[in-house]
This record gives sequence, C-alpha cells and structure tokens, in this order.
Amino acid sequence: MNLKLRIWRQQNSGSNGELVEYRVSDISPEMSFLEMLDTLNEQLNAAGTEPIAFDHDCREGICGMCGVMINGQPHGPQLGTATCQLHMRKFSDGDTIVIEPWRARAFGVIKDLIVDRSPFDTIVEAGGFITVPTGSAPDANLIPVPRDAAESAMDAAACIGCGACVAACPNSAAQLFTAAKVAHLGLLPQGQPERYSRVEAMVDTMEEFFGSCTNHGECEKACPKSISIDFIAQLNRDYLKAKMLNSKLAGQR
Amino acid sequence: MTATKNTTSSSRRSFWLLDLYRSQIGRKWAMAISGVILLGFIIFHLVGNLKVYLGPEDINEYGEALRDLGGHLAPRTHLLWIMRFGLIAAFAIHIHAAFSLAFENRRKGGDVSYQTQREYLVASYASRTMIWSGIIVLLFIAYHLADLTWGWANPDFVRGDIYHNMVESFSRAPVAAIYIVANVALGLHIYHGAWSLFQSIGINNPRFNQWRKWFAQAFAVTIVLGNVLFPIMVLAGVIE
Amino acid sequence: MNLDAKVPPGPLADKWDGHRAAINLVAPTNKRKFSVIVVGTGLAGASAAATLAELGYHVKAYTYHDSARRAHSIAAQGGINAAKNYRGDGDSTYRLFYDTVKGGDYRSREANVYRLAQVSTEIIDQCVAQGVPFAREYGGLLDNRSFGGVQVSRTFYARGQTGQQLLLGAYQALSRQVGLGNVELHTRSEMLDVVQVDGRAVGIVTRDLVTGEIESHSAHAVVLATGGYANVYFLSTMARKSNVTAIWRAHRKGAAFANPSFTQIHPTCIPASDDFQSKLTLMSESLRNDGRIWVPQEPGDRRAAGDIPESERDYYLERIYPAFGNLVPRDVASRAAERMMEENRGVGPLQNGVFLDFADSIKRLGEDTIRQRYGNLFEMYERITDENPYEVPMRIYPAPHYTMGGLWVDYNLMTTTPGLYAIGEANFSDHGANRLGASALMQGLADGYFVLPYTIGDYLAGWLGSDAVTTDHPAFAQAETDVKERTNELLSIGGTRSVDWFHRELGKIMIEQCGMARSRQGLEKALSEIPALHEEFRTDVRVLGDDESLNFSLEKAGRVADYFELAELMCRDALDREESSGGHFRVEHQTPEGEALRNDEDWAMVSAWEWQGRGTPQKRHTEKLVFENIELKQRSYK
Ligand SMILES: Cc1cc2nc3c(=O)[nH]c(=O)nc-3n(C[C@H](O)[C@H](O)[C@H](O)COP(=O)(O)OP(=O)(O)OC[C@H]3O[C@@H](n4cnc5c(N)ncnc54)[C@H](O)[C@@H]3O)c2cc1C
Ligand code: HEM
Ligand code: HEM
Ligand code: SF4
Ligand code: F3S
Ligand code: FES
Repeated sequence: MNLKLRIWRQQNSGSNGELVEYRVSDISPEMSFLEMLDTLNEQLNAAGTEPIAFDHDCREGICGMCGVMINGQPHGPQLGTATCQLHMRKFSDGDTIVIEPWRARAFGVIKDLIVDRSPFDTIVEAGGFITVPTGSAPDANLIPVPRDAAESAMDAAACIGCGACVAACPNSAAQLFTAAKVAHLGLLPQGQPERYSRVEAMVDTMEEFFGSCTNHGECEKACPKSISIDFIAQLNRDYLKAKMLNSKLAGQR
Repeated sequence: MTATKNTTSSSRRSFWLLDLYRSQIGRKWAMAISGVILLGFIIFHLVGNLKVYLGPEDINEYGEALRDLGGHLAPRTHLLWIMRFGLIAAFAIHIHAAFSLAFENRRKGGDVSYQTQREYLVASYASRTMIWSGIIVLLFIAYHLADLTWGWANPDFVRGDIYHNMVESFSRAPVAAIYIVANVALGLHIYHGAWSLFQSIGINNPRFNQWRKWFAQAFAVTIVLGNVLFPIMVLAGVIE
Repeated sequence: MNLDAKVPPGPLADKWDGHRAAINLVAPTNKRKFSVIVVGTGLAGASAAATLAELGYHVKAYTYHDSARRAHSIAAQGGINAAKNYRGDGDSTYRLFYDTVKGGDYRSREANVYRLAQVSTEIIDQCVAQGVPFAREYGGLLDNRSFGGVQVSRTFYARGQTGQQLLLGAYQALSRQVGLGNVELHTRSEMLDVVQVDGRAVGIVTRDLVTGEIESHSAHAVVLATGGYANVYFLSTMARKSNVTAIWRAHRKGAAFANPSFTQIHPTCIPASDDFQSKLTLMSESLRNDGRIWVPQEPGDRRAAGDIPESERDYYLERIYPAFGNLVPRDVASRAAERMMEENRGVGPLQNGVFLDFADSIKRLGEDTIRQRYGNLFEMYERITDENPYEVPMRIYPAPHYTMGGLWVDYNLMTTTPGLYAIGEANFSDHGANRLGASALMQGLADGYFVLPYTIGDYLAGWLGSDAVTTDHPAFAQAETDVKERTNELLSIGGTRSVDWFHRELGKIMIEQCGMARSRQGLEKALSEIPALHEEFRTDVRVLGDDESLNFSLEKAGRVADYFELAELMCRDALDREESSGGHFRVEHQTPEGEALRNDEDWAMVSAWEWQGRGTPQKRHTEKLVFENIELKQRSYK
C-alpha cells in the first residue's frame, strides 16, 4: 500500500522542529510500523536525506525503547500494543499518518522522534527498590507470597517504562508509571518495610517533574501493557498513609 | 548523559496535613473531601428548595427553620453560621487546590503541543473542562447570593420571603437562563467529579468501579434536573 | 600468550569456597580508594555494578541505552535455572552441573560450571528478596517449569517476562546506588575503545551518542558486560542494538577471543514473513512443554494444518527422540527442523516453518490453563502473524539466538588482558558448545552478583596505594584520536549503499555458510566473500548526518565494520574445528543418523584467538579441557 507520512523533524534539543511530509510506496501489510519507517529511511538515505531518528531496540514490545504519537494516539490505534508491535495491516492504502514525539515538559526532544525519559530513572532512584544488599537474602521460600499478591504485583511490574502514559495524559502526569512501580513493590511482603518511605520519596520526586493526575484515565488506554488506573487509587491511599503515619514507624504497620 | 545524585524533597517535615497539602496528591485529597462536602450541600440544598412546590409557607418556614437550627440550645442562626463557615471553607479549599493544580499542570505540559488533534479514548469533555465548569459555578454562586440571599441583584427582593424572591427572579427570562446554564455546568462538573473523587481517595475495586460511574451519572442528572426545573416551573407558571 | 585458567586445586565441590578463602581481599575501608568501570548494564553489568558499589568500590557504569532499565536481557522470556530442588524431583548442584556440561556437549570448563550450579540457588534468594514476582503456587511457594535438555523441573519464571523482571530487580539495585552517589551512570554513551598502559586495562574511550562528544574515563579495572553478537547474522532474536564492538575493540587490543563460531540457533522463533523483516521474534522454548512439533509426512504437502489428518502427520521429534521428545536440546531440535526443510516438508506461505501444535494440551488442560501459562506469548504471536494459535498451530523456525563464544576468561573472569574482565554473554561462558534454556540469565547474574565482585578483589588488592592512571596519560589521547579517525572515515566515504544493506548481505553469507550446518567448502567460500564485501563496504557505504548530534547510521556503521572482522574469525574458527559439537555442526563429522559427532581426542579444548593486526589471520591458542568428574559420552536424547 501507499502512504502519506507527516513526521516531526528536529535536529537537536536546541533547534525547533516542524512536521515534514514524506511518501512511501508498496508497504506490505505484514510489515511492522517500525519496518515501515526502516523502509522510509532506506529511501531517504538513497535520496541523500538524513534518515529519521526514532528509538527502538527489542522490537518485541518489552524494552520500552520505542514509542511515538501516531495520529494523536500514543503507540497508535491498537490497544495494549507498543509501536514496534503495531503492524501495517492496521492501516489502509492511501492513509495519511502523522508521527510525533512524546510531548511533556519533563521529556525534552533529543532529535526527531526521540525524547529524554530520564526523569523516570530519577523517580526510581528516589526509592523504587527494595534495599537488599547482595548475599543478604534469606531462602526464597522462607516467606510465602499469596498467589494473588504475586499475580497483581506482576500485573504492575509489567510496565516497560515507555512513557506513553505521560504522553497520553492531558496534564503530562507520570502517575501510572509511578503507581505501577509502587504497587509492584508494595504488594509483596518483601516490600513492606520500605512501603511508606518508598511511596513518599517516589511521589515527591515525581511531582518535581510531572503534572498532577486529575483522573482522566487516558494513560490506562495508551499503556502498551494495559496497566490499570486502579493502581493510581492505591498510590493515593498509600501516599496519605505515608504522610499520616510517621514513616519511621510505618514499616511496622 | 550522566545521572546525577538526586535529592528528594521528602526531607522537609512540617505538620503532616500541611506537608500533605503541599503535594499534588495531597491537594487532590483536599479537592475530593471538599468535593464531598459540596456534593452534600448541593443535595441538601436541592431537597430544601423542593419545598417551593408545597407553597410559600413551607419554603419560608424552612428558611426560618434553618436560622432557628438548634432550637433553643444554640442562639439563633449560630448553627447555620457554623454550617456556612464549613461550606465557605470547603469552597475555599476546593477552589484554591483547583487553581494551584491547574496552573502547575499548565507549567508541566510540553513546550510544543501536539500538532494533531488528540484522539481521546476515555477522557470525557467533562473531565477536561473541570476548571471551566468550576469557574462558571463560581461566578454563578456570586450572582446567586446577590440574587436570592442578599437581594442586591433582585429589584423587588423581600428579605425572608424566599418564595416571592424566587418567583420574582425566575420570571425574568435572562435570570432563568443564567440558572439553567450554571446548573448544566455544575452537572458536567459533578459527572466527572463524583466519579473522580473515589479515585482520589483510593476507594477502588474492580467490582465496584462500574458502580462509581453510575453513581456519578445519577448524581449529576438528579442535580441538573432538580435545579433546572425551578426556573422552568416558574416560567411555566406552575410556581407563581 | 598463556591461557592459565587459574582453576583452584582441590575436589570440585570445594574449589569455590577454597578459592574465596585463598584470594586476596580489599579491606572495606580501602575499597573506596578503587574505581571500577563497568561497561554494560544488562543483567550481568547491572548486577555487578550494584554489588561492587554496595561493597564500597567507586563504580562508573556505561550503557548505550537511554536507561539502565533497558538491555537485551529484558527480552528473556522463559525463565532462570537453579538447583533448589523445591520440586523434590532429585535435582541437585551436581545434576545441574552435569546437565549443563552435557548440554554444552563437553566443551566447557568443569570448575566454572560447578561454581555456577553452586551459586544458582543464591540468585533466586536474592531476586525474590528484591521483589521479583516469580510465579507462585496456591500455597504461596515458588513454582517451577521444565526446560529443554533436562529431566527435572528447576526453572523459575515470571510469566513470559522473566528477563524483564530479573533486569528490573538488578536495575533497581543499581538505581539505589546511583541515588546514593556510589555509581556514576552514563547513559546513551557507547564504549568505542579500551585504553591500556603496559599491557593492562586502565580505562575506556566513549562517545556520547547525543552530543557526539568523545570522552576518556579511567579506573583501576574495566569490566565488559556487553552481551552477545548474534546480530552478525542480521536476522536474529537479539535486540537490534546488540553488537560486538566492545569486546571486539578489546580483542583488537590483545584480549583472546574464544570459540567465536559457537553460536546457538534457537528452534522456536516466528519464521520471517518477507524480506523487509528487521528481526526475528522468539517464542519461548517453554512452549515445547505443552506444544507438539510436527510436519506433514508428504513432501510439498500445502494443505492447511486442519486439513491434514492425524495419520498423515509426522511428530518427528517424538519419533526420533522418544526419551526427550519435544524437549530435546536446542541444537538438536533446530537441526531436526532444518532437515525437514531439506526434505521439502516445510509449512506456511513461504514453506519456512514447522508446526507447534497445542490442540492436544488444550484438550487435556483446557484453554484457560494454556492461556494462563502462555497467554502473553500467544498474544504476541497473533499480533505478529495475525493467526490465532488457540485455533491453528503456531509456525516456528530456528533463528540465531545466543553466542556461546566471547572473550576468553579465567576462573576469576579476567581476560588475557590484566585488569580487563568479561562477564555475562560477553565472555566465552560456561555453556560450552551449546547453552541449555534458562541458563544464560543464571550465568549473567552469577557472574554479576556472586563471582566477579569477589574475584576482582584479587587483582585490585595488588594495586593498593597506587592511584588509577589519569586520563591525561598519552594512551588516552592516542585512543581518542583513533576513535575520531574511525568515525570521520566512516562519515567521509560517501558511497551509495546503506549500512543496513551491507549488514543484510553479510547476514545472508553467515546464516548460509556458518549457521546450523557448516561445510569445509561453504566456509572457504564465505572466507573469500566476506573480505570482498568488507572492502566494498569501506568504499561504498553511505553514512549521512554529522558526528555532533545523535546519528544512528554512524553508530550502526561502526558496529557493522566490526562484524565484518568478527564474521571472518567465526568462519575461520568453524573451519578450523574439525568436529561437530553442540551448536557447531560440521557436515563432514556426523553419525550415520545425522547426529553431531564429537572428536574428544583432538578437540576437547577451547580455541582462543589472538589478534595479529589488520589483514593477518588471528593466531590460535588452546586451553585443554580436562574432565575429572564427568565421563565424556556421545550425547543421546533418544
Ligand atoms: C529473545 C530472547 C530470549 C531469551 N530467553 C532466555 C531465557 O528464557 N533464559 C535465559 O537464561 N536466557 C535467555 N536469553 C539469553 C539471555 O537473555 C542473554 O544471554 C542475557 O540476558 C545476556 O545478558 P548480558 O547482561 O550479558 O548482556 P545484555 O543484556 O545484552 O546487556 C548488554 C549491555 O551492554 C551495553 N553495551 C553493549 N555494548 C556497549 C558499548 N559498546 N558501550 C556501552 N554499552 C554497551 C548495552 O547497553 C547493555 O546494557 C534470551 C535471549 C533472547 C534474545
Ligand atoms: C458546589 C459546587 C462544586 C462541587 C459539588 C464540586 C465537586 C467536585 C468534585 C466532587 C470534584 C472531584 C474531586 C476529585 O477528583 O478528587 C471536583 C473537582 C474539581 N473541582 Fe469542583 N466542585 C464544585 C465547585 C467547584 C468550583 C467553584 C471550582 C473552582 C473553579 C471547582 C473546580 C474543580 C476542579 C478544577 C476540579 C478537578 C480538579 C482535579 O480533579 O484535580 N469546583 N469538584
Ligand atoms: C435553581 C436552583 C437553585 C435555587 C432555586 C436556589 C435557591 C436558593 C435560595 C432561595 C437561597 C436563599 C436561602 C435563604 O436565604 O435562606 C439559596 C442560597 C444559596 N444557594 Fe442556592 N439555589 C439554587 C442553586 C444553587 C446552586 C447550584 C448552588 C451552588 C453551586 C447554590 C448555592 C447557594 C448558596 C451557597 C446559598 C447560601 C446558603 C446560605 O445562605 O447559607 N444554589 N439558594
Ligand atoms: S505505565 Fe504503561 S505507558 Fe506508562 S511507562 Fe509503563 S508501560 Fe509505558
Ligand atoms: S491520563 Fe493523566 S490524569 Fe491521571 S489517570 Fe492518567 S495520569
Ligand atoms: S522496541 Fe522494545 S518495546 Fe518497542
């Protein structure tokens, strides 16, 4: 099929960019969205134009590297699917596709479709972990974990850190990303001792970079792992407790 | 790029409520709690106003009753004032939180906005216009007090004769229009608000989530219908 | 060059404890005085960097990804092995050791593998404590599944995302240290050379991928945890950015490269659908637990799976290998599939696959159980192929997946270059000629959490009191100019063809001649074609853009340039090794039934190649492999 593409080009964080129009022909429906961009880049390279820069690595929807705004939808039209897992059969011949980078003050554009998501790491550095120096762990089966706890912890832990939730949120809030990590660790017995200090540190750091959640629910729909906003409610609950209890004692609650 | 040693703001420790309110999540709690109070008032207010259908005596007595609240235990209008203060406080907090959050979110949005129309999947018109529906309600309240409580905006206002005042105002079409518009805005506000508050205070559960939506919708519809009917009934001459 | 493996004395079971007791340690207060560079933040790198920092060393970590949370490791699906014997099915340290050596077709170092089996149990403890949400049973205890090539159930898993969850665990431990200021993390920065002073590693030169800045970094020791190089085949299951550059640069500076031709072709991948295919997707091997592999009995049978009656199906693995059936090791399964292709019994539109059928297990266990076990894999498959595997059987085909070869390391994981260490998939590893499923995660974390952080002390202790060489040493200036020259060269060629075009062409040669089956004349052909293609690359590649901003073509060009040299070495090694073992199958050496035929007299050894400069073939050195605790048998899974 033949497509008309309008893609955001921007040399570097300093310069200001613009949407540029391109055409690609004979795209097979079997192609993935990124393979379509590969094909375009081959064309550009042949024509002497610098190829379009976009992030990607695993192309299996697990590394969280990829992610662009496709016709106003993060990761494109297919729900619960990362850009690299989106296939061209979801589009039809003659379509116009507009491709933009994530937009949020906290995510500066580095080049073309690539943004800087490092604030996510800063949030995790603030407390998104369980303190357990190597070698100090007890036997793995010493503390049984209720199956359901393990399962919902896994639901939350499935986050791939792609940033689509922020991109989708009208307030550029990172609530879903943060809530997912807080829930993953907070649901497990191993995560209890630091449960409240963790949520406090992570949220306070998050709020230095991102907007606030007003419960639009867009993030859940944009999330390639369909992580539920129920985790955001849990986050709010834990955060209040964290502020209320003296978090020094909180671990014992 | 190099990751620098990060500093978390969680070090500062003042009275926990203040500390909480400084955070965005804290202000969401404040909005939700104050929101609940406001919802309570709206319902209470609607029910009270329904007395107009029973005729002048009832509604006017009701007004009196409000002032007499507490009977002979508390001095006249004291309890009412206490309630008013609670109400004013709720509004104040609600509004302050609303604006401060709204401004912060503006600041944190992207430098460049998306070039294409966003394809919203769930974010409703109501949820995206909370601040505006709020502002409308706010302006309305100002006018509404001037109109029916203090009477400045109401040429032939008779203190204490609620029934008379209402009929006087609503029989003027433009005033009726104001009331109708304002209450539709309030309806929108509640449509998202009454669902959203559960999320903000962390009351969620897969089984219960759908129920939250219904609750909010029912609430919004009741308020809009109930309130909008007053001016309409007056115009229609049912109340006169 | 001497390849002293430094295997400690004493009985196998006591070697590791004895060694830890014997080697030099660095006192806690002195650790602060040492800085260590860790290149790579995958499972191996992140776990090592975090642990070293916890111990008190000053760590500088580097990754070309935008965050330490991303690495090829994250794609690992199936699980991680450990000799916990929670199932009580007769598992033990010895059995895990035995299975790994046997699975590796007796081409790995006994002492290393045994140590791996020993620490495997600690890894699970560590990860669970970190909050890795492993699958659990209703009682709340850890669940296990079984994997190819073994007869016990010892694989721990977190749905189909084991690698992701383990990496996040290590990443979180690392992030904690970054937050505390004990680790200096450099993201989006690619190591392009190792810097050596009097033969020992003292630092690295990196390129900031965003600004193009070329920077020098020095330390007391350098650890390479930069992963595998299966992308030399272009089409593989590796993440697109995985590459050989880091270890190849080290090799060019003198570090010996061991068993380069030992590559693993994984049997269960989704077949390519067209020639635009950019990467192949793995379907976790765990699927072979409940899926049955078959092809039509009649060559050229183009009927849809559903139309082929039971009687005309050939469940060839169950037929040829009754004992292990669909769970034979990967190399065996892959080659069997390839034979089916040769017999023109391939299925699917391009006839480039075999069926992996779940109909029976869905009948037996019900769709829900299957969905619960493999739900996300089935979704992934459907997303890619648009076919519903609950109704029609999956189509699978072998694809390059893992490289057992890598930098040669001794028992302390140090390469032949003093002060330079290699861990994870980057070293020539404990997997011999073939890796068993769920063993790479185990090895990467064993190296990173439990081995390197202790063995590195043995080297560092010797340098107590002497500061790290500073970056103003001429060696750094020299390395920087070399790197700059390379980039400028690539940018200035201004040819006509894209980097990817050359990479694809190289890949075709490699999979054809140095893939599942290798022959003398095929390899000789490759050895003449590769240099020619390389020459064409150096004159005709087109790399646009500049080196002052992010430039993917430039990054790729540098990596592909190194692949050309690597590819040559792989073919030379494959040609040199006159036997078939594990993933290395030389058609000249096979049993009448077409199984790999080892030659233990001459080839029970590691080939470690030493760089001799551009244009001159590498020199081969050998490390003899002695097996005192296992008798070498012809592998049989019948
Ligand atoms: C699809 C798939 C599924 C798998 N499933 C399993 C499984 O179920 N069980 C199992 O045991 N194994 C599995 N494996 C194998 C296993 O995932 C890998 O062998 C293992 O994760 C390698 O980890 P690593 O840390 O050594 O390297 P990687 O995870 O590849 O990490 C490499 C790191 O080095 C960095 N790096 C590389 N070069 C440079 C450079 N020049 N400069 C700076 N940084 C650099 C990268 O940024 C990255 O951080 C699977 C592999 C694949 C492809
Ligand atoms: C009687 C009138 C009002 C009622 C019943 C009401 C009710 C509510 C409720 C229940 C919420 C949901 C809170 C949450 O999501 O946690 C809400 C949110 C909000 N209210 Fe009001 N409100 C009223 C008046 C106002 C006024 C006067 C303003 C000021 C402009 C306002 C601005 C907002 C905003 C902006 C939000 C969304 C903020 C957010 O979700 O973070 N509201 N309101
Ligand atoms: C059409 C619908 C409405 C009618 C008929 C109505 C009527 C009245 C009347 C008659 C009074 C004066 C009562 C008295 O003086 O004792 C009053 C007071 C008031 N109304 Fe309304 N009202 C309506 C809608 C609203 C709405 C939507 C709000 C808020 C968003 C509101 C907020 C108030 C407040 C704050 C007061 C002052 C209460 C007090 O004096 O303590 N009203 N209303
Ligand atoms: S929560 Fe979902 S959308 Fe947000 S980063 Fe994680 S995976 Fe991406
Ligand atoms: S879209 Fe934004 S407002 Fe909250 S629910 Fe999701 S973060
Ligand atoms: S490229 Fe890894 S998630 Fe898309």
